[in-house]
Amino acid sequence: MPRAATLLRLAAVGLLVAFLTMPQRFAPVFAPLTQYGAPPIYDQGNLLALALAHLGTVFLAAAASTILAVGLGILVTRASGAEFLPLSRTLVNIGQTFPPVAVLAIAVPLVGFGEAPTLIALFAYGLLPIFENTVSGLQTCPPAVIEAADGMGMSGRQRLLSVELPLAMPLILEGVRLSLVINIGTATIGSTVAAKGLGEVIIAGLLSNNTAFILQGGLVTGLMAILIYDGMVTVEKRLVRVAHL
Amino acid sequence: MIRIETLTKQYGPLTVVDSVSMSIERGSITVIVGTSGSGKSTLLRMINRLVEPTSGRVLIDNNDTATEPAHLLRRRIGYVIQGNGLFPHRTVAENIATVPTLLGWDGARISARVDELLRIFQLDPAEFAAKFPHQLSGGQQQRVGVARALAAEPAVLLMDEPFGALDPIIRSKAQDDLLDIQRRFGTTVVLVTHDMDEAFRLGARVAVMSQGRVLQYDRPAVLLTRPADPFVSRLTGTTDRAMKLLSLTTAGEVAEPGAAEGPTVAATASLREVLSDLLWSGAQVATVLNADGTPAGRVTMAGILAHGRNS
Repeated sequence: MPRAATLLRLAAVGLLVAFLTMPQRFAPVFAPLTQYGAPPIYDQGNLLALALAHLGTVFLAAAASTILAVGLGILVTRASGAEFLPLSRTLVNIGQTFPPVAVLAIAVPLVGFGEAPTLIALFAYGLLPIFENTVSGLQTCPPAVIEAADGMGMSGRQRLLSVELPLAMPLILEGVRLSLVINIGTATIGSTVAAKGLGEVIIAGLLSNNTAFILQGGLVTGLMAILIYDGMVTVEKRLVRVAHL
Repeated sequence: MIRIETLTKQYGPLTVVDSVSMSIERGSITVIVGTSGSGKSTLLRMINRLVEPTSGRVLIDNNDTATEPAHLLRRRIGYVIQGNGLFPHRTVAENIATVPTLLGWDGARISARVDELLRIFQLDPAEFAAKFPHQLSGGQQQRVGVARALAAEPAVLLMDEPFGALDPIIRSKAQDDLLDIQRRFGTTVVLVTHDMDEAFRLGARVAVMSQGRVLQYDRPAVLLTRPADPFVSRLTGTTDRAMKLLSLTTAGEVAEPGAAEGPTVAATASLREVLSDLLWSGAQVATVLNADGTPAGRVTMAGILAHGRNS
Protein backbone atom coordinates (compact mmCIF):
# COMPACT_ATOMS: atom_id res chain seq x y z
CA MET A 1 0.00 0.00 0.00
CA PRO A 2 2.69 2.59 0.87
CA ARG A 3 4.51 1.67 -2.34
CA ALA A 4 1.36 2.16 -4.40
CA ALA A 5 0.80 5.53 -2.74
CA THR A 6 4.37 6.58 -3.51
CA LEU A 7 3.98 5.56 -7.13
CA LEU A 8 0.73 7.49 -7.39
CA ARG A 9 2.39 10.56 -5.86
CA LEU A 10 5.32 10.37 -8.27
CA ALA A 11 2.94 9.92 -11.19
CA ALA A 12 0.94 12.99 -10.13
CA VAL A 13 4.06 15.13 -9.75
CA GLY A 14 5.37 13.87 -13.10
CA LEU A 15 2.11 14.63 -14.84
CA LEU A 16 1.96 18.13 -13.37
CA VAL A 17 5.55 18.98 -14.28
CA ALA A 18 5.17 17.51 -17.76
CA PHE A 19 2.02 19.47 -18.44
CA LEU A 20 3.42 22.76 -17.14
CA THR A 21 6.73 22.50 -19.00
CA MET A 22 5.47 21.15 -22.33
CA PRO A 23 1.74 21.76 -22.50
CA GLN A 24 1.61 21.47 -26.31
CA ARG A 25 2.31 17.73 -26.03
CA PHE A 26 -1.08 17.41 -24.37
CA ALA A 27 -2.95 19.15 -27.19
CA PRO A 28 -4.46 15.90 -28.57
CA VAL A 29 -5.99 15.18 -25.15
CA PHE A 30 -7.76 18.53 -24.93
CA ALA A 31 -8.57 18.97 -28.64
CA PRO A 32 -11.93 17.14 -28.46
CA LEU A 33 -13.12 19.74 -25.93
CA THR A 34 -12.68 22.69 -28.27
CA GLN A 35 -14.99 23.90 -30.97
CA TYR A 36 -14.49 25.79 -34.22
CA GLY A 37 -10.73 25.27 -34.24
CA ALA A 38 -10.10 27.13 -30.99
CA PRO A 39 -6.65 26.43 -29.42
CA PRO A 40 -6.79 23.30 -27.20
CA ILE A 41 -3.98 24.55 -24.93
CA TYR A 42 -3.91 27.92 -23.16
CA ASP A 43 -1.82 30.20 -25.36
CA GLN A 44 -2.13 33.65 -23.80
CA GLY A 45 0.67 33.15 -21.28
CA ASN A 46 3.20 30.69 -19.95
CA LEU A 47 1.41 28.05 -17.84
CA LEU A 48 4.48 27.32 -15.73
CA ALA A 49 4.98 31.00 -14.89
CA LEU A 50 1.29 31.32 -14.00
CA ALA A 51 1.41 28.26 -11.75
CA LEU A 52 4.51 29.53 -9.97
CA ALA A 53 2.99 33.00 -9.52
CA HIS A 54 -0.16 31.33 -8.17
CA LEU A 55 1.82 29.30 -5.65
CA GLY A 56 3.90 32.33 -4.73
CA THR A 57 0.82 34.36 -3.88
CA VAL A 58 -0.68 31.52 -1.85
CA PHE A 59 2.49 30.81 0.13
CA LEU A 60 3.14 34.47 0.81
CA ALA A 61 -0.42 34.91 2.12
CA ALA A 62 -0.15 31.70 4.17
CA ALA A 63 3.13 32.83 5.71
CA ALA A 64 1.55 36.10 6.77
CA SER A 65 -1.59 34.33 8.10
CA THR A 66 0.58 31.86 10.01
CA ILE A 67 2.65 34.56 11.68
CA LEU A 68 -0.39 36.54 12.77
CA ALA A 69 -2.64 33.59 13.67
CA VAL A 70 0.02 31.70 15.64
CA GLY A 71 1.11 34.89 17.37
CA LEU A 72 -2.47 35.72 18.26
CA GLY A 73 -3.10 32.13 19.36
CA ILE A 74 -0.12 32.30 21.70
CA LEU A 75 -1.22 35.67 23.07
CA VAL A 76 -4.77 34.62 23.92
CA THR A 77 -3.65 31.39 25.62
CA ARG A 78 -1.39 33.29 28.07
CA ALA A 79 -2.96 34.32 31.35
CA SER A 80 -2.34 37.96 30.49
CA GLY A 81 -4.04 37.74 27.08
CA ALA A 82 -6.95 35.42 27.89
CA GLU A 83 -9.45 38.26 27.84
CA PHE A 84 -8.64 38.87 24.16
CA LEU A 85 -9.72 35.39 23.14
CA PRO A 86 -13.37 36.25 22.33
CA LEU A 87 -12.36 39.41 20.45
CA SER A 88 -9.64 37.63 18.46
CA ARG A 89 -11.97 34.79 17.67
CA THR A 90 -14.57 37.24 16.36
CA LEU A 91 -12.05 39.07 14.17
CA VAL A 92 -10.66 35.87 12.72
CA ASN A 93 -14.16 34.57 12.10
CA ILE A 94 -15.04 37.73 10.19
CA GLY A 95 -12.01 37.07 7.99
CA GLN A 96 -13.48 33.69 7.18
CA THR A 97 -17.15 34.70 6.85
CA PHE A 98 -16.50 37.66 4.62
CA PRO A 99 -16.34 36.24 1.07
CA PRO A 100 -12.92 36.73 -0.56
CA VAL A 101 -14.64 38.24 -3.59
CA ALA A 102 -16.10 40.93 -1.36
CA VAL A 103 -12.68 41.54 0.17
CA LEU A 104 -11.30 42.00 -3.33
CA ALA A 105 -14.04 44.48 -4.15
CA ILE A 106 -13.21 46.52 -1.07
CA ALA A 107 -9.45 46.20 -1.38
CA VAL A 108 -9.10 47.24 -5.03
CA PRO A 109 -10.14 50.88 -4.48
CA LEU A 110 -7.73 51.03 -1.56
CA VAL A 111 -4.62 49.30 -2.90
CA GLY A 112 -5.26 49.12 -6.63
CA PHE A 113 -5.31 46.13 -9.00
CA GLY A 114 -2.79 43.29 -9.02
CA GLU A 115 -1.23 41.10 -6.35
CA ALA A 116 -2.02 43.23 -3.32
CA PRO A 117 -5.81 42.82 -3.04
CA THR A 118 -5.49 39.07 -3.62
CA LEU A 119 -2.91 38.76 -0.90
CA ILE A 120 -5.19 40.64 1.49
CA ALA A 121 -8.17 38.43 0.67
CA LEU A 122 -6.20 35.19 1.02
CA PHE A 123 -4.51 36.37 4.19
CA ALA A 124 -7.86 37.14 5.87
CA TYR A 125 -9.44 33.94 4.59
CA GLY A 126 -6.60 31.74 5.84
CA LEU A 127 -6.43 33.00 9.42
CA LEU A 128 -9.24 30.98 10.97
CA PRO A 129 -7.98 27.40 10.66
CA ILE A 130 -4.48 28.33 11.83
CA PHE A 131 -5.74 30.41 14.74
CA GLU A 132 -8.25 27.86 15.98
CA ASN A 133 -5.78 24.99 15.72
CA THR A 134 -3.08 26.96 17.50
CA VAL A 135 -5.47 27.82 20.33
CA SER A 136 -6.73 24.28 20.75
CA GLY A 137 -3.21 22.85 20.42
CA LEU A 138 -1.98 25.10 23.20
CA GLN A 139 -5.07 24.64 25.35
CA THR A 140 -4.98 20.85 25.19
CA CYS A 141 -1.41 20.42 26.44
CA PRO A 142 -1.73 17.94 29.34
CA PRO A 143 -2.09 19.94 32.59
CA ALA A 144 0.38 17.63 34.39
CA VAL A 145 3.03 18.42 31.78
CA ILE A 146 2.43 22.16 32.13
CA GLU A 147 2.58 21.88 35.90
CA ALA A 148 5.80 19.89 35.68
CA ALA A 149 7.33 22.53 33.40
CA ASP A 150 6.42 25.25 35.90
CA GLY A 151 7.54 23.13 38.82
CA MET A 152 10.94 22.51 37.21
CA GLY A 153 11.46 26.25 37.07
CA MET A 154 10.93 27.05 33.39
CA SER A 155 10.13 30.67 32.69
CA GLY A 156 6.96 31.38 30.73
CA ARG A 157 8.95 31.76 27.54
CA GLN A 158 10.94 28.56 28.08
CA ARG A 159 7.75 26.65 28.76
CA LEU A 160 6.15 28.00 25.60
CA LEU A 161 9.11 27.32 23.34
CA SER A 162 10.29 23.98 24.68
CA VAL A 163 7.04 22.36 25.83
CA GLU A 164 3.83 23.96 24.63
CA LEU A 165 4.69 24.82 21.02
CA PRO A 166 6.35 21.46 20.29
CA LEU A 167 3.32 19.65 21.70
CA ALA A 168 0.91 21.88 19.76
CA MET A 169 2.94 21.65 16.54
CA PRO A 170 0.98 18.82 14.85
CA LEU A 171 -2.28 20.76 15.27
CA ILE A 172 -0.73 24.04 14.16
CA LEU A 173 0.67 22.40 11.02
CA GLU A 174 -2.73 20.89 10.32
CA GLY A 175 -4.19 24.39 10.46
CA VAL A 176 -1.54 25.70 8.06
CA ARG A 177 -2.30 22.80 5.72
CA LEU A 178 -6.04 23.52 5.71
CA SER A 179 -5.37 27.18 5.11
CA LEU A 180 -2.98 26.48 2.23
CA VAL A 181 -5.31 24.07 0.50
CA ILE A 182 -8.34 26.33 0.81
CA ASN A 183 -6.36 29.23 -0.57
CA ILE A 184 -4.90 27.40 -3.55
CA GLY A 185 -8.45 27.15 -4.83
CA THR A 186 -9.51 30.58 -3.62
CA ALA A 187 -6.51 32.28 -5.25
CA THR A 188 -8.01 31.71 -8.69
CA ILE A 189 -10.42 34.59 -8.09
CA GLY A 190 -7.40 36.91 -7.85
CA SER A 191 -7.27 36.89 -11.62
CA THR A 192 -10.44 39.01 -11.67
CA VAL A 193 -8.34 41.86 -10.27
CA ALA A 194 -5.32 41.20 -12.49
CA ALA A 195 -3.21 39.14 -10.11
CA LYS A 196 -1.08 36.61 -11.96
CA GLY A 197 -2.33 33.10 -11.38
CA LEU A 198 -4.12 30.08 -12.77
CA GLY A 199 -7.45 31.93 -12.51
CA GLU A 200 -6.44 33.64 -15.74
CA VAL A 201 -6.68 30.35 -17.61
CA ILE A 202 -10.12 29.57 -16.20
CA ILE A 203 -11.44 33.07 -16.87
CA ALA A 204 -10.07 33.02 -20.43
CA GLY A 205 -11.89 29.73 -20.93
CA LEU A 206 -15.14 31.14 -19.56
CA LEU A 207 -14.90 34.27 -21.74
CA SER A 208 -14.19 32.39 -24.96
CA ASN A 209 -16.39 29.43 -24.12
CA ASN A 210 -13.33 27.15 -24.27
CA THR A 211 -13.90 24.12 -22.03
CA ALA A 212 -10.32 22.96 -22.55
CA PHE A 213 -8.95 26.14 -20.93
CA ILE A 214 -11.34 25.88 -17.97
CA LEU A 215 -10.38 22.28 -17.45
CA GLN A 216 -6.63 23.02 -17.66
CA GLY A 217 -6.81 25.79 -15.08
CA GLY A 218 -8.99 23.71 -12.80
CA LEU A 219 -6.96 20.54 -13.10
CA VAL A 220 -3.60 22.19 -12.48
CA THR A 221 -5.01 24.05 -9.47
CA GLY A 222 -6.62 20.89 -8.10
CA LEU A 223 -3.53 18.78 -8.63
CA MET A 224 -1.37 21.30 -6.81
CA ALA A 225 -3.82 21.41 -3.91
CA ILE A 226 -3.82 17.63 -3.62
CA LEU A 227 -0.04 17.38 -3.78
CA ILE A 228 0.47 20.09 -1.17
CA TYR A 229 -2.13 18.51 1.12
CA ASP A 230 -0.43 15.16 0.72
CA GLY A 231 3.04 16.60 1.25
CA MET A 232 1.99 18.38 4.42
CA VAL A 233 0.35 15.24 5.81
CA THR A 234 3.59 13.34 5.20
CA VAL A 235 5.61 16.03 6.96
CA GLU A 236 3.18 16.04 9.92
CA LYS A 237 3.26 12.26 10.23
CA ARG A 238 7.03 12.18 10.12
CA LEU A 239 7.20 14.90 12.74
CA VAL A 240 4.88 13.00 15.05
CA ARG A 241 6.91 9.84 14.57
CA VAL A 242 10.34 11.39 14.99
CA ALA A 243 9.47 13.73 17.85
CA HIS A 244 6.95 11.41 19.52
CA LEU A 245 4.32 14.12 19.75
CA MET B 1 14.86 23.73 57.47
CA ILE B 2 11.59 24.98 56.05
CA ARG B 3 9.61 27.34 58.23
CA ILE B 4 6.01 28.06 57.30
CA GLU B 5 4.57 31.11 59.05
CA THR B 6 0.81 31.84 59.21
CA LEU B 7 0.48 30.83 55.58
CA THR B 8 -2.96 31.53 54.14
CA LYS B 9 -4.48 31.10 50.69
CA GLN B 10 -7.86 32.49 49.81
CA TYR B 11 -9.70 32.19 46.53
CA GLY B 12 -12.34 34.89 46.77
CA PRO B 13 -14.40 34.12 49.85
CA LEU B 14 -13.00 30.60 50.09
CA THR B 15 -10.10 30.00 52.47
CA VAL B 16 -8.22 26.97 51.20
CA VAL B 17 -5.28 27.15 53.58
CA ASP B 18 -5.97 28.88 56.85
CA SER B 19 -3.07 30.40 58.74
CA VAL B 20 -0.83 27.34 58.81
CA SER B 21 2.42 27.49 60.74
CA MET B 22 4.81 24.59 60.96
CA SER B 23 8.49 23.89 60.70
CA ILE B 24 9.89 21.05 58.69
CA GLU B 25 13.13 19.47 59.82
CA ARG B 26 16.05 19.34 57.47
CA GLY B 27 16.88 15.93 56.09
CA SER B 28 13.67 14.15 57.05
CA ILE B 29 10.46 13.09 55.38
CA THR B 30 7.46 15.10 56.44
CA VAL B 31 4.07 13.96 55.23
CA ILE B 32 1.01 16.15 54.91
CA VAL B 33 -2.07 13.99 54.95
CA GLY B 34 -5.71 14.89 54.56
CA THR B 35 -8.88 14.23 52.63
CA SER B 36 -9.36 15.83 49.22
CA GLY B 37 -10.13 19.52 49.53
CA SER B 38 -8.26 19.77 52.83
CA GLY B 39 -5.79 22.24 51.33
CA LYS B 40 -2.79 19.91 51.54
CA SER B 41 -1.74 20.28 47.89
CA THR B 42 -2.21 24.04 48.02
CA LEU B 43 0.00 24.18 51.11
CA LEU B 44 2.69 22.16 49.31
CA ARG B 45 2.45 24.29 46.18
CA MET B 46 2.92 27.46 48.20
CA ILE B 47 6.36 26.17 49.24
CA ASN B 48 7.65 26.41 45.65
CA ARG B 49 5.23 29.23 44.85
CA LEU B 50 3.27 27.42 42.16
CA VAL B 51 0.54 28.99 44.27
CA GLU B 52 1.26 32.45 45.64
CA PRO B 53 0.17 32.84 49.27
CA THR B 54 -2.48 35.41 50.15
CA SER B 55 -0.59 36.12 53.35
CA GLY B 56 2.11 34.59 55.50
CA ARG B 57 5.50 33.45 54.33
CA VAL B 58 7.76 30.45 53.77
CA LEU B 59 11.40 30.47 54.80
CA ILE B 60 13.89 27.92 53.52
CA ASP B 61 17.08 28.03 55.59
CA ASN B 62 15.93 31.40 56.90
CA ASN B 63 15.56 32.92 53.42
CA ASP B 64 12.14 34.23 52.57
CA THR B 65 11.12 32.44 49.37
CA ALA B 66 9.19 35.50 48.20
CA THR B 67 12.40 37.45 47.67
CA GLU B 68 13.55 35.75 44.48
CA PRO B 69 11.79 35.13 41.14
CA ALA B 70 9.54 32.07 41.45
CA HIS B 71 11.06 30.17 38.51
CA LEU B 72 14.58 30.53 39.95
CA LEU B 73 13.37 29.34 43.35
CA ARG B 74 11.78 26.27 41.74
CA ARG B 75 15.02 25.22 40.08
CA ARG B 76 16.41 24.62 43.56
CA ILE B 77 13.40 22.62 44.74
CA GLY B 78 12.58 19.19 43.34
CA TYR B 79 8.94 18.65 42.42
CA VAL B 80 7.15 15.38 41.71
CA ILE B 81 3.45 15.17 40.86
CA GLN B 82 0.94 12.40 40.45
CA GLY B 83 0.99 11.12 36.90
CA ASN B 84 4.62 12.32 36.77
CA GLY B 85 4.12 14.98 34.04
CA LEU B 86 7.03 13.75 31.94
CA PHE B 87 7.54 15.68 28.71
CA PRO B 88 6.17 13.28 26.08
CA HIS B 89 8.30 14.72 23.26
CA ARG B 90 11.58 14.32 25.11
CA THR B 91 13.62 11.22 25.84
CA VAL B 92 14.14 9.90 29.35
CA ALA B 93 17.63 11.44 29.40
CA GLU B 94 16.32 14.81 28.17
CA ASN B 95 13.56 14.74 30.75
CA ILE B 96 16.00 14.10 33.57
CA ALA B 97 18.34 16.78 32.21
CA THR B 98 15.62 19.46 32.33
CA VAL B 99 16.69 21.39 35.42
CA PRO B 100 20.48 20.97 34.94
CA THR B 101 19.97 22.34 31.41
CA LEU B 102 18.00 25.29 32.78
CA LEU B 103 20.82 25.89 35.24
CA GLY B 104 23.35 25.89 32.43
CA TRP B 105 25.40 22.85 33.45
CA ASP B 106 27.87 21.72 30.79
CA GLY B 107 27.05 18.71 28.65
CA ALA B 108 29.50 16.29 30.23
CA ARG B 109 28.30 17.03 33.74
CA ILE B 110 24.67 16.65 32.66
CA SER B 111 25.17 13.29 30.98
CA ALA B 112 27.22 11.99 33.92
CA ARG B 113 24.41 13.02 36.29
CA VAL B 114 21.72 11.48 34.08
CA ASP B 115 23.60 8.17 33.96
CA GLU B 116 24.13 8.22 37.72
CA LEU B 117 20.43 8.84 38.41
CA LEU B 118 19.29 6.17 35.96
CA ARG B 119 21.53 3.66 37.74
CA ILE B 120 20.27 4.73 41.17
CA PHE B 121 16.73 4.10 39.95
CA GLN B 122 17.67 0.72 38.48
CA LEU B 123 17.21 1.82 34.89
CA ASP B 124 20.07 0.76 32.64
CA PRO B 125 21.21 3.95 30.84
CA ALA B 126 22.06 2.01 27.67
CA GLU B 127 18.49 0.76 27.48
CA PHE B 128 16.46 3.64 28.86
CA ALA B 129 18.26 6.94 28.19
CA ALA B 130 17.01 7.22 24.62
CA LYS B 131 13.50 5.93 25.24
CA PHE B 132 10.44 8.14 25.24
CA PRO B 133 8.08 8.25 28.25
CA HIS B 134 5.28 6.40 26.44
CA GLN B 135 7.63 3.45 25.97
CA LEU B 136 7.98 2.97 29.74
CA SER B 137 5.78 1.18 32.26
CA GLY B 138 3.94 3.21 34.89
CA GLY B 139 6.49 2.33 37.55
CA GLN B 140 9.41 3.27 35.30
CA GLN B 141 7.76 6.58 34.39
CA GLN B 142 7.32 7.32 38.07
CA ARG B 143 10.99 6.62 38.76
CA VAL B 144 12.05 8.86 35.89
CA GLY B 145 9.79 11.57 37.35
CA VAL B 146 11.58 11.34 40.71
CA ALA B 147 14.99 11.16 39.01
CA ARG B 148 14.13 14.32 37.05
CA ALA B 149 13.17 16.10 40.26
CA LEU B 150 16.46 15.11 41.91
CA ALA B 151 18.66 15.91 38.90
CA ALA B 152 20.06 19.20 40.13
CA GLU B 153 20.64 17.84 43.64
CA PRO B 154 17.97 19.94 45.33
CA ALA B 155 18.04 20.19 49.11
CA VAL B 156 14.25 20.09 49.17
CA LEU B 157 11.97 17.67 47.34
CA LEU B 158 8.21 18.29 47.18
CA MET B 159 5.99 15.38 46.20
CA ASP B 160 2.28 15.68 45.50
CA GLU B 161 0.64 12.25 45.69
CA PRO B 162 3.65 10.83 43.84
CA PHE B 163 2.57 7.19 44.11
CA GLY B 164 -1.18 7.70 43.66
CA ALA B 165 -1.30 6.23 40.16
CA LEU B 166 0.73 3.09 40.92
CA ASP B 167 -0.58 -0.37 41.68
CA PRO B 168 0.03 -1.62 45.26
CA ILE B 169 3.11 -3.73 44.54
CA ILE B 170 4.92 -1.06 42.55
CA ARG B 171 3.81 1.56 45.06
CA SER B 172 5.38 -0.35 47.92
CA LYS B 173 8.63 -0.62 45.94
CA ALA B 174 8.53 3.09 45.11
CA GLN B 175 8.06 3.93 48.79
CA ASP B 176 11.09 1.81 49.72
CA ASP B 177 13.09 3.53 46.98
CA LEU B 178 12.11 6.92 48.32
CA LEU B 179 13.23 5.98 51.83
CA ASP B 180 16.56 4.78 50.39
CA ILE B 181 17.07 7.89 48.28
CA GLN B 182 16.19 10.15 51.18
CA ARG B 183 18.74 8.44 53.43
CA ARG B 184 21.32 8.49 50.70
CA PHE B 185 21.11 12.18 49.80
CA GLY B 186 19.74 13.54 53.07
CA THR B 187 17.09 15.41 51.08
CA THR B 188 14.35 17.23 52.96
CA VAL B 189 11.19 15.66 51.60
CA VAL B 190 7.68 17.06 51.95
CA LEU B 191 5.10 14.62 50.64
CA VAL B 192 1.36 15.05 50.28
CA THR B 193 -0.94 12.03 50.35
CA HIS B 194 -4.44 11.03 51.32
CA ASP B 195 -3.25 7.54 52.24
CA MET B 196 -2.70 7.22 55.99
CA ASP B 197 -0.70 3.98 55.64
CA GLU B 198 1.66 5.73 53.26
CA ALA B 199 1.96 8.65 55.66
CA PHE B 200 2.84 6.36 58.55
CA ARG B 201 5.26 4.35 56.51
CA LEU B 202 7.22 7.30 55.13
CA GLY B 203 6.77 10.18 57.51
CA ALA B 204 9.14 10.98 60.36
CA ARG B 205 6.49 13.55 61.16
CA VAL B 206 2.97 13.71 59.85
CA ALA B 207 0.71 16.76 59.57
CA VAL B 208 -3.00 16.02 59.44
CA MET B 209 -4.96 18.66 57.53
CA SER B 210 -8.67 19.33 57.35
CA GLN B 211 -10.49 22.35 55.97
CA GLY B 212 -7.31 24.32 55.48
CA ARG B 213 -5.96 23.84 58.98
CA VAL B 214 -3.31 21.56 60.41
CA LEU B 215 -5.07 19.66 63.19
CA GLN B 216 -2.03 17.84 64.48
CA TYR B 217 1.61 17.70 63.47
CA ASP B 218 3.68 15.10 65.22
CA ARG B 219 5.39 11.75 65.04
CA PRO B 220 3.12 8.97 63.74
CA ALA B 221 3.11 7.14 67.10
CA VAL B 222 1.82 10.26 68.82
CA LEU B 223 -0.95 10.68 66.22
CA LEU B 224 -2.04 7.14 67.05
CA THR B 225 -1.77 7.24 70.82
CA ARG B 226 -2.71 10.83 71.52
CA PRO B 227 -4.86 12.15 68.67
CA ALA B 228 -5.47 15.88 69.16
CA ASP B 229 -8.81 15.86 67.40
CA PRO B 230 -11.60 13.36 66.68
CA PHE B 231 -10.88 13.86 62.97
CA VAL B 232 -7.30 12.66 63.47
CA SER B 233 -8.43 9.46 65.16
CA ARG B 234 -11.03 8.94 62.43
CA LEU B 235 -8.37 9.37 59.77
CA THR B 236 -5.85 7.09 61.47
CA GLY B 237 -8.59 4.52 61.96
CA THR B 238 -9.48 2.94 65.28
CA THR B 239 -9.96 -0.68 64.27
CA ASP B 240 -6.33 -1.56 63.66
CA ARG B 241 -4.45 1.16 65.47
CA ALA B 242 -2.55 -1.38 67.59
CA MET B 243 -1.27 -2.97 64.38
CA LYS B 244 -0.40 0.45 62.96
CA LEU B 245 1.54 1.22 66.12
CA LEU B 246 3.46 -2.04 65.75
CA SER B 247 4.27 -1.18 62.16
CA LEU B 248 6.07 1.97 63.32
CA THR B 249 8.73 0.07 65.30
CA THR B 250 11.34 -2.22 63.79
CA ALA B 251 12.56 -5.47 65.31
CA GLY B 252 16.10 -4.06 65.50
CA GLU B 253 14.93 -1.25 67.77
CA VAL B 254 13.46 -3.53 70.42
CA ALA B 255 15.67 -6.61 70.13
CA GLU B 256 16.70 -7.87 73.55
CA PRO B 257 19.71 -10.09 74.28
CA GLY B 258 19.02 -13.78 74.45
CA ALA B 259 19.60 -17.13 72.85
CA ALA B 260 18.73 -17.50 69.20
CA GLU B 261 15.61 -19.57 68.60
CA GLY B 262 12.47 -19.59 66.53
CA PRO B 263 12.09 -18.05 63.07
CA THR B 264 14.59 -15.40 61.95
CA VAL B 265 13.50 -11.89 60.99
CA ALA B 266 15.40 -8.92 59.57
CA ALA B 267 16.27 -6.08 61.90
CA THR B 268 14.48 -3.72 59.52
CA ALA B 269 11.22 -5.70 59.69
CA SER B 270 8.42 -3.97 61.57
CA LEU B 271 6.98 -5.54 64.71
CA ARG B 272 3.76 -6.00 62.75
CA GLU B 273 5.57 -8.23 60.29
CA VAL B 274 7.34 -10.10 63.11
CA LEU B 275 4.04 -10.68 64.89
CA SER B 276 2.60 -12.05 61.71
CA ASP B 277 5.60 -14.39 61.35
CA LEU B 278 5.21 -15.60 64.94
CA LEU B 279 1.47 -16.23 64.55
CA TRP B 280 2.10 -18.06 61.32
CA SER B 281 4.85 -20.29 62.67
CA GLY B 282 3.30 -20.79 66.12
CA ALA B 283 6.54 -19.72 67.83
CA GLN B 284 6.86 -17.43 70.85
CA VAL B 285 10.31 -16.05 70.06
CA ALA B 286 12.00 -14.81 66.89
CA THR B 287 15.69 -14.20 66.27
CA VAL B 288 16.57 -10.81 64.81
CA LEU B 289 19.31 -10.77 62.20
CA ASN B 290 21.31 -7.74 61.07
CA ALA B 291 21.68 -7.01 57.38
CA ASP B 292 25.00 -8.90 57.40
CA GLY B 293 23.39 -12.01 58.91
CA THR B 294 24.77 -11.65 62.44
CA PRO B 295 22.25 -12.09 65.23
CA ALA B 296 21.07 -8.83 66.81
CA GLY B 297 19.10 -10.42 69.62
CA ARG B 298 15.56 -11.67 69.89
CA VAL B 299 12.01 -10.47 70.21
CA THR B 300 9.29 -12.27 72.10
CA MET B 301 5.56 -12.44 71.51
CA ALA B 302 4.98 -10.89 74.93
CA GLY B 303 7.40 -8.05 74.08
CA ILE B 304 5.61 -7.32 70.81
CA LEU B 305 2.21 -7.32 72.47
CA ALA B 306 3.47 -4.86 75.05
CA HIS B 307 4.47 -2.49 72.24
CA GLY B 308 1.00 -2.62 70.76
CA ARG B 309 -0.54 -1.48 74.03
CA ASN B 310 -1.62 2.14 74.31
CA SER B 311 0.80 3.28 76.99
